[in-house]
Amino acid sequence: MSEAFSPWNMAHFSTNGSETTVVGHSVGRKDTSLKVTGHAKYTDDEIESDMLHAALLTSPHAHARILSMDRRRALQAPGVRAVLFGTDCPNHTGDPLADRPILAIDTVRYAGEPVAIVIADEFHQAAAALASIDVVYAPLPVVQSPKAAYEPNAPLLHPDVHTYRRNRAEANPIPGTNIATHVPIRKGHPDDVWASCDVIAEVEVSFPQAHHAYMETPAIIAEIDPDGEMHITTSTQSPFTIPSLIHETFDVNPSQVRVHVPFVGGGFGGKSSPYLEPLVVAASKAVGGRKVKLRCEREHAMQTLPCHIGLEAKVRLGAKRDGRFVAVDITYWFDGGAYADRAVIVTRAAVQDCTGPYRIPHVRCDGFCMYTNHPPATAYRGFGHPEETFVIERAVDVLARQLHLDPLEIRRLNAIRTGDSTPTQTLLTGGRVGNVPGCIDHLKKLMEWDGRAVRREGSRIIAKGMCCSWKTSSTPPNASSGAIVRVNEDSTVTLLSGVVEIGQGTKTALAQMVAEVFAMSVDRVHVVLEVDTKEEPEHWKTVASRGTLLAGNAAVRAAIDAVRQLQETAAIVFQCRPSDVRISNGVASCAHEEKAIPIGDFKNGYAFPDGRSVGRMVIGRGSYTIEDVTPLDPETGRGSPGPEWTVAAQGVEIEYRPADCTYRVLRAFSVIDAGKVIHPALALGQVKGAMNMGLSLASREGYVYSGRGVVTNPQFRVYPIHRYGDQPEYHVVFLETPDEHAPWGLRGLGEHGLIGMPAALASALSNALGVDVNEMPMTSELLWRIQTGG
Amino acid sequence: MHPMDFEYVSSPTLSDAVRQYTRFAQLGKRPMYFGGGTEIITLGRLHQVNPDAVIDLKPIPETQVMAVQQGQLVLGGSITLTQITDAPWLGEAFPLLQETVHEIADRTARNKITIAGNICGTIFYREAVLPFLVCDSKVRTYGPKRGKERSIHRVFNREARLEPSEFIVQLVTDETARTAPFVHIKRRKAGRVGYPIVSAAAIRIDDRIRIAFSGVCPFPFRSSAIETILRQRGLTVRQRVDQAIQRIPSHLILDDYEASRAYRTFVLANVLEEILQRLGGA
Amino acid sequence: MPKQEVSLSINGEQRMVVIRFADTLLEVLRGKLGLTGAKPGCNNGDCGACTVLIDTCPYKACIMLAVETVGHEITTVEGLHSTPIQQAFADCYAFQCGYCTPGFIMNAHALLQQHRVIDEYTIREWLESNICRCTSYEEIGEAVRTAARLRDARTAPSLDTSVDTQQRRDL
Repeated sequence: MSEAFSPWNMAHFSTNGSETTVVGHSVGRKDTSLKVTGHAKYTDDEIESDMLHAALLTSPHAHARILSMDRRRALQAPGVRAVLFGTDCPNHTGDPLADRPILAIDTVRYAGEPVAIVIADEFHQAAAALASIDVVYAPLPVVQSPKAAYEPNAPLLHPDVHTYRRNRAEANPIPGTNIATHVPIRKGHPDDVWASCDVIAEVEVSFPQAHHAYMETPAIIAEIDPDGEMHITTSTQSPFTIPSLIHETFDVNPSQVRVHVPFVGGGFGGKSSPYLEPLVVAASKAVGGRKVKLRCEREHAMQTLPCHIGLEAKVRLGAKRDGRFVAVDITYWFDGGAYADRAVIVTRAAVQDCTGPYRIPHVRCDGFCMYTNHPPATAYRGFGHPEETFVIERAVDVLARQLHLDPLEIRRLNAIRTGDSTPTQTLLTGGRVGNVPGCIDHLKKLMEWDGRAVRREGSRIIAKGMCCSWKTSSTPPNASSGAIVRVNEDSTVTLLSGVVEIGQGTKTALAQMVAEVFAMSVDRVHVVLEVDTKEEPEHWKTVASRGTLLAGNAAVRAAIDAVRQLQETAAIVFQCRPSDVRISNGVASCAHEEKAIPIGDFKNGYAFPDGRSVGRMVIGRGSYTIEDVTPLDPETGRGSPGPEWTVAAQGVEIEYRPADCTYRVLRAFSVIDAGKVIHPALALGQVKGAMNMGLSLASREGYVYSGRGVVTNPQFRVYPIHRYGDQPEYHVVFLETPDEHAPWGLRGLGEHGLIGMPAALASALSNALGVDVNEMPMTSELLWRIQTGG
Repeated sequence: MHPMDFEYVSSPTLSDAVRQYTRFAQLGKRPMYFGGGTEIITLGRLHQVNPDAVIDLKPIPETQVMAVQQGQLVLGGSITLTQITDAPWLGEAFPLLQETVHEIADRTARNKITIAGNICGTIFYREAVLPFLVCDSKVRTYGPKRGKERSIHRVFNREARLEPSEFIVQLVTDETARTAPFVHIKRRKAGRVGYPIVSAAAIRIDDRIRIAFSGVCPFPFRSSAIETILRQRGLTVRQRVDQAIQRIPSHLILDDYEASRAYRTFVLANVLEEILQRLGGA
Repeated sequence: MPKQEVSLSINGEQRMVVIRFADTLLEVLRGKLGLTGAKPGCNNGDCGACTVLIDTCPYKACIMLAVETVGHEITTVEGLHSTPIQQAFADCYAFQCGYCTPGFIMNAHALLQQHRVIDEYTIREWLESNICRCTSYEEIGEAVRTAARLRDARTAPSLDTSVDTQQRRDL
């Protein structure tokens, strides 16, 4: 299957790459027993008697001047050790744009922004003392939408944006505006070709911000040693970015920051950027370095912490009469909220793949990440791609209708293929892009698509909708991962990797890869599930569906390295060539020798019965740095945003009741080109789980802001995410077109199940209503409003 | 997590509960009666309810009664919503109540929420009261003047109207009303768990439809004006529904994260129409 | 006094603990008894991640005072050992991040104990009390059905289905 990637090139491995015994098979997850017995420890499960507890006071106003703050009463409350205000720790933080004070100073820019932190002996004492902090605010005009923020006369939220520390490759703010970043694409001659189009579809799209709804609300524990070393235990997807952020925020050496990550209770992007970690470090400093824990309540997770980005967008798609796309012009105004966080990179990610997996020769796209008085936005499963997919796919549907073409066939006609180039003019050579037409063909069969999207059944309408999607990684050009493989005395091996176990099961997949290289059962491969930045080799971030590519390559290389070391020592013992030594099932053997020696006997070199020893300790090491990624040109967007594109075709079938504008999703479909499925059950679980999340997001989730910009629905009882029984039937098929850079040709797929769900649902509902549905969440109220103009 | 401390006592008898309440009040403390306690605990965490003492009523035997006595169904205030939904005989004795409370919160929460606790709640939906409103039930309370039995309409008007130390002991419902043809409809923003956009409970006795609502306004209510319009002859169903809705001052119709005022009105119209159709008032 | 030493019966053991009356059972289990299997996913009674059994009935420990459980038998996920539902969660890949898992397992365990025969209506009625963001829920439903089969294989089948005769509404 994969020919370019052959870790078993060494003589003793099977040279038939498609014959795998562990990879490609479902094995038990490595975290199973801990998780079904309640013994898996998450950050908040660390409870010590000498630990202090913190509680957050947050702003009730979306935009206001702080006139005064008084903590005298709070400091006298029982158990209180310290109360911190922004003026006590006036450092700015944020990556890639340090636009955010640790605690608000003078101004609050969103409702939920931290304005004070109380540290007390007990959590209830800290929480009780919050009521004794007196803050006087003077409300300011609130910027409620990204388009309103773009208006020339909009209130400026960050007049000093030009003074903020920033990563110039990642954030491009425009001083004197509310634009936190602007990312353009200019490909072909987008301004000159419109006259040659026979038909043009124009669509406007919008949706509000939303909550990741990781079940574990973030918790952070910080402690500072007498020698200045900072220990941070936190619920994060990106432990290895924290030392540099703390370094930039507090001017301590990155090497003095040690980050420990136990199990993480879901992330979905919401834990990909450190947000409150600097604040808890400041809190620990305020109490002499003592251990301080902050656990966010759900209301904080929804009002204070970064969320799924909101969007207003317009798209213009032009085509020839036969359906061939000619040009597209897209403008995104993303609702990045009050502080930029990762929203600026989400903006770039959407822009760079703005056409969807279609061949469009002429592209103009402008992505603006806007400051508003809403909560800050960050990465969310799909990272800009569910968003760009929703926009382009609505236009494709409209165009198909205008041309009286089958929406599935127009997508097949324009499907991007090897040899085409992306909006960023990346030439798709070799296996860089998956098989889009193949996905469409399988979807057609899977959802019994016959060109008729709608049929009536009594008082109900059964409607189908479909879309295509793609995604690349948006990693920086040096995103890297390292791995270490140790051989143990009992002839098992242990893998160290910095990937965080957030539920996706990557460490189980890595164990499979190591087992495959060692030609032994995955039961003999141990993985360290927790991460400590001073113990595990660095792994860039557990995001972007990159775990199995980056860490997989590193783990396979480390395993090959360990095997090579075993072979070298064993060759001395067997008196043969290293390449004649076979390592399998936990023993080393050689064709010329009858006896097999357990690999554990080579752990520290090999000791002969007479006491002589040869060889040395086995430590396999491997690393991988992403390839084929280059920065985008600031004028044209030309560049290479990722090594490969995973592609998919997705659909839904709904049942709509026009009488009351209600509907339910009956079935949902995904055909994903996975490159290679390493663990069928985990892959299926990832895709179905992502589809479920996408349908929940699309159908019912979204922040409802008050007229003053406050999120009014910050609890699950008023934020109705899918519960058991809300889910439709899920149907998933994988294709396997290998990516030559990845182990066994695999492609990332942790996000892809979600990406097309909003667009597919909008397509089905538009077909059912006979009117375009271009907004999320697609509640019955929205459909009623669209149908009645109400 | 309740940031503020409070005392906790559990009362074994009716008179003890009132005695405890009075004792705390005389000490200048704010006591609250505690049933399932779910609202005191959740709103307390948000500093929205701050009792100095809670008095647990669940041990009082009279609040745990669930029986038919001389044709009257007697339900103790401490009966949980799950006890109601899981009692097979209540499916005949008071099916409207069973269906209505089945839609409140989720099953595990219903294991804790009590019937009187829901009716006396701060969160304004209080859906458990709807069946009792349409059945003209009686409420037995206990307070400083000992036991009283009054019409639900005297005890509950938008919210429970009780003296400070008074609490609901039992709800009493006649057979005629509770076994009458009934409909309960609850419409939510999404899914099957959550607060209502509209929750309506209705019964039909002779040619009269009695109907009570939650979710429409920031309180549950039953309106004789609406019921009169709904049985007016000579009008189409749609006309009756539209006129009935006009009886609700529009500024009182909720406009929030669950639904806008206009959409909620649309949902209410659909619910009323369905109720008229199902109860044969059409 | 707003505090008191109480004896709680947890997972078959008597545990003496000083509690604030205002403490929820969840805080006491986690903060004072080291039983961190029950999780604070919302502290608002909405998500079910803190579900434990009181006697044989599931409750959300975040909306129950610890003092209310004196005299009752508390079972947390740490008190389950090799039960059919745990095995089935493993076999069916019915968890990913694992945070909601203890709550789902406790609720489903109670469901399996209370109902000999479990139909889809009942599974939904019970499990919609808990939220999972990682899985598609199909895996969890499959785990409950698998656990019922495992349970039935371990114990002699019973003819008693009386608890399932209550009225059923259409899904």
